[in-house]
Amino acid sequence: MSDHAPARSPQDLDDSIAGGIGESPTRPDGALKVRGEYAYASDLWAEDMLWGATLRSPHPYARIRSIDIGPALATPGVYAVLTHSDVPGENLYGLKIVDQPVLAVDVVRYRGEAVALVAADHPETARRAMERIEVDYEVLEPITDPELAAHDTTLPELHPGGNVVRHQPIVKGDPEASADVVVSGLYTLGMQDQAFLGPEAGLAVPAPDGGVDLYLATQDLHSDRKQTAQALGLPPEKVRMTMSGVGGAFGGREDLSIQVHCSMLALHTGKPVKMVYDREESFHGHVHRHPAKMYYEHGATRDGDLVYVRATLYFDGGAYASKTPVVVGNGTTLGIGPYAVPNVRIEGWGLYTNNPPCGAMRGLGAVQPALAYEAQMDKLADALGMDPVEVRIRNALSQGGTTPTGQVLDYPAPVAELLDRVRRLPLPAEHDSAPADIRDLPGGASNTTHGEGVVRGIGYGVCIKNICYAEGADDYSTARVRLQIIGGEPLAVVHTAAAEVGQGLVTVQQQIARTELGVERVNIHPNDTDVGPAGSSSASRQTYVTGGAVRNACEAVRDVLLQRVAARSGESIGDLSLSGGKVVSSATGVLADLADVIGDDVIEETREYHHRETYPLDEELGTSERAQVQHAFSAHRAVVDVDTELGLVKVVQLDCSQDVGKAMNPEAVIGQIQGGSAQGLGLAVMEEIRVDGGTIRNASFTDYLIPTILDMPPMNIDVIERADPNSPYGVRGVGEPPTISSTPAVVAAIRAATGKALTHTPVAPEHIIADIPR
Amino acid sequence: MRLSFTVNGRQCEADDVWEGESLLYVLRERLGLPGSKNACEQGECGSCTVYLDGVPACACLVAAGQAAGREVGTVEGLAEGDGLGAVQESFVEAGAVQCGFCTPGLLVATDDLVNRVPHPSDAEIRESLAGNLCRCTGYEKIMDAVRLAADRRASSEASRSGKTDA
Ligand code: FES
Ligand code: FES
Repeated sequence: MSDHAPARSPQDLDDSIAGGIGESPTRPDGALKVRGEYAYASDLWAEDMLWGATLRSPHPYARIRSIDIGPALATPGVYAVLTHSDVPGENLYGLKIVDQPVLAVDVVRYRGEAVALVAADHPETARRAMERIEVDYEVLEPITDPELAAHDTTLPELHPGGNVVRHQPIVKGDPEASADVVVSGLYTLGMQDQAFLGPEAGLAVPAPDGGVDLYLATQDLHSDRKQTAQALGLPPEKVRMTMSGVGGAFGGREDLSIQVHCSMLALHTGKPVKMVYDREESFHGHVHRHPAKMYYEHGATRDGDLVYVRATLYFDGGAYASKTPVVVGNGTTLGIGPYAVPNVRIEGWGLYTNNPPCGAMRGLGAVQPALAYEAQMDKLADALGMDPVEVRIRNALSQGGTTPTGQVLDYPAPVAELLDRVRRLPLPAEHDSAPADIRDLPGGASNTTHGEGVVRGIGYGVCIKNICYAEGADDYSTARVRLQIIGGEPLAVVHTAAAEVGQGLVTVQQQIARTELGVERVNIHPNDTDVGPAGSSSASRQTYVTGGAVRNACEAVRDVLLQRVAARSGESIGDLSLSGGKVVSSATGVLADLADVIGDDVIEETREYHHRETYPLDEELGTSERAQVQHAFSAHRAVVDVDTELGLVKVVQLDCSQDVGKAMNPEAVIGQIQGGSAQGLGLAVMEEIRVDGGTIRNASFTDYLIPTILDMPPMNIDVIERADPNSPYGVRGVGEPPTISSTPAVVAAIRAATGKALTHTPVAPEHIIADIPR
Repeated sequence: MRLSFTVNGRQCEADDVWEGESLLYVLRERLGLPGSKNACEQGECGSCTVYLDGVPACACLVAAGQAAGREVGTVEGLAEGDGLGAVQESFVEAGAVQCGFCTPGLLVATDDLVNRVPHPSDAEIRESLAGNLCRCTGYEKIMDAVRLAADRRASSEASRSGKTDA
């Protein structure tokens, strides 16, 4: 951290809270958060700071003929107006493919693309100056249909190399297999927004060494630093990043937003510059979940055994690649769901269009196919006259089973058990006559029904999600653990770059250190780039990899201590352990106080954790001995009431069974399942960014609705722990699966209540009223 | 313009306030009280909820000038001395805080609810908090926190009135 740290910069989390692994201690940042003192990125403040703003393209596709910044620059209070020619380094960045300009040069490829920057003494001055930047556009016809982008070679190429970001086939067994019972369908999914509440924000402070200190909210400091340094033309060590409070992320903070822009303005003006997006800009300023169009065909025997699945998936990546390659990888490899199928042919396409860029969101690439394969399983059950849960259980993947890529699951895969458990959870009471409270009916307090036309439906969904990065990525994490005596007591400090985005990683890190070191007091140092990379807080991976790194670093610290005591006492190191601030021998009892062993020393160790190796997919067949590190599973049951006349839906209850391997913090696990399920419910019935001709029509919380406390029903949650022998403590990623299986469960329940086909998600009232039967 | 009003019982002044600024902006950027949050600045999320003369309001929708001479209460005023207030404590204990960005607004809304209604039903809690979006928790633990806060408020009222009676 620099000497010029801004006011309200992040601080050590030092609340004294007890509790080790498997307990549910409260969050170390909880008190700060409820006091309103936790420093979020939008709260940052520095003496004399300026406000930055971003001018964005009003067109989805246009050539830029000229940009005139003169009038804007002449505005009183304006300190800088910058365009592409001011980008000091490489004017391109990207997570997987470096294809996105920091500031547009001669073409804009989406509505909302950054074109120019302003720094001024007040946010309103900056806004007004922005209106005075004159950009002369030649408007072009946008490409908005991803399926066309895949196949129509007459379309213009949006990027050198064409409009296909990734095409991946997966073939297993006989791709042309036939079967007695066949069901098919075309399913579409709208564009979902992460809708984290804390807007994109940061404060860049120019440093005397010509570098910059950036305080920000992100999911991955080191990935941001690498891309930012390149764009600024600076060595990475001159771009220092410190995490401020993050108001949720859900994938939407993996790509750069303010990072380079804010730094450019600070370096240019020599003053601290703060940027905060408002909600509308946030909708334009981050990637969304890929909309998808999915053709599916399932074949089964008359007994209900799946014979084959064939599918073609189109993912609309929008103007820049972001995580599209991974979405295609996940979407295809997980495209048949958690089922054992002998014959598979899946083809996945990720495309460039002039729609808003799409990238990471919770459940990356696995959410889309789950809607299709689960709808297909219900359709199959219907065709067979079987119970939908029975068909799923009959075909469920299990330990020792093989994925379509040929990976053998060498860990528990309790898919059938989860389905069986979730269907046994208690159901809500039927309200046959009028229910007690009108607020419990579809339409709620708007008083649209007293029960007439209301039909109840129950639906199920189950899913598979890979945990950690895949296909050969070594997304390791680093932890530094320091142990010393402060005020006569041992104090451990854990330092990582692993982004706390709300999920509770800070709590889990403390729990691990308390358990591994047998101490009470564990502080969490703010996340920054002074320690090695932790990778992204995504892919449900941080408890796994950063948990592993913290464990490894603690073990290293413990080894130093135990060696000292072993040398002194002559006991064998294998007999020694740490507990209650003491070194204990299994042979002779308490040997020493940590305070005496450590004295004035500081014992500090830094360790990495690398998950086991994975390998790329074969380009033609998609085969790979191990494409993914681990898989996680969850099952949902939804109970809905539908006003079949108005098409209004009330989700009455949403229940979940999930295998988490090991519940490191059981209450936090439940919090993840509840929150993930809410996002899945939102996708099922309300959340869709309306894109019309490449332009977002509902960039506000007035028009893009997310579930409120009135929309979320009570949940029964059933957590099981089937340890993964390959992961630290047996953990299995928790955050994503509940976002995936909840949506198809809710949609299935609405289908059950209405008998309608409902092939588009989110389900809108007009779909329910429209007369399209299943 | 120059603006003066009371925040959490303290008289505050802000100079050079531009007429277009909201109460939220003045609190956060001019008075050093960033506790109230800015998730939408359009009156849709409740993250900026403050008391205005004792009534909850979205600070982002209040023009700064409208607050002149009035009493504003923010999340920073909910603590009890050095310790947490009952509502704050309940949110931490119930696990109702994840990223925490919605929390300040929810705390003010909950404080208002448990002050007005001693034993709110679940339906009343949901209705009162329907204007406060949370993207992380799915609201279940927020429900737990509000029930806990209501119980605590009610039992501390009971013991207080018990004492006066005695
Ligand atoms: S910030 Fe005021 S309601 Fe959202
Ligand atoms: S805790 Fe993150 S928005 Fe509520």
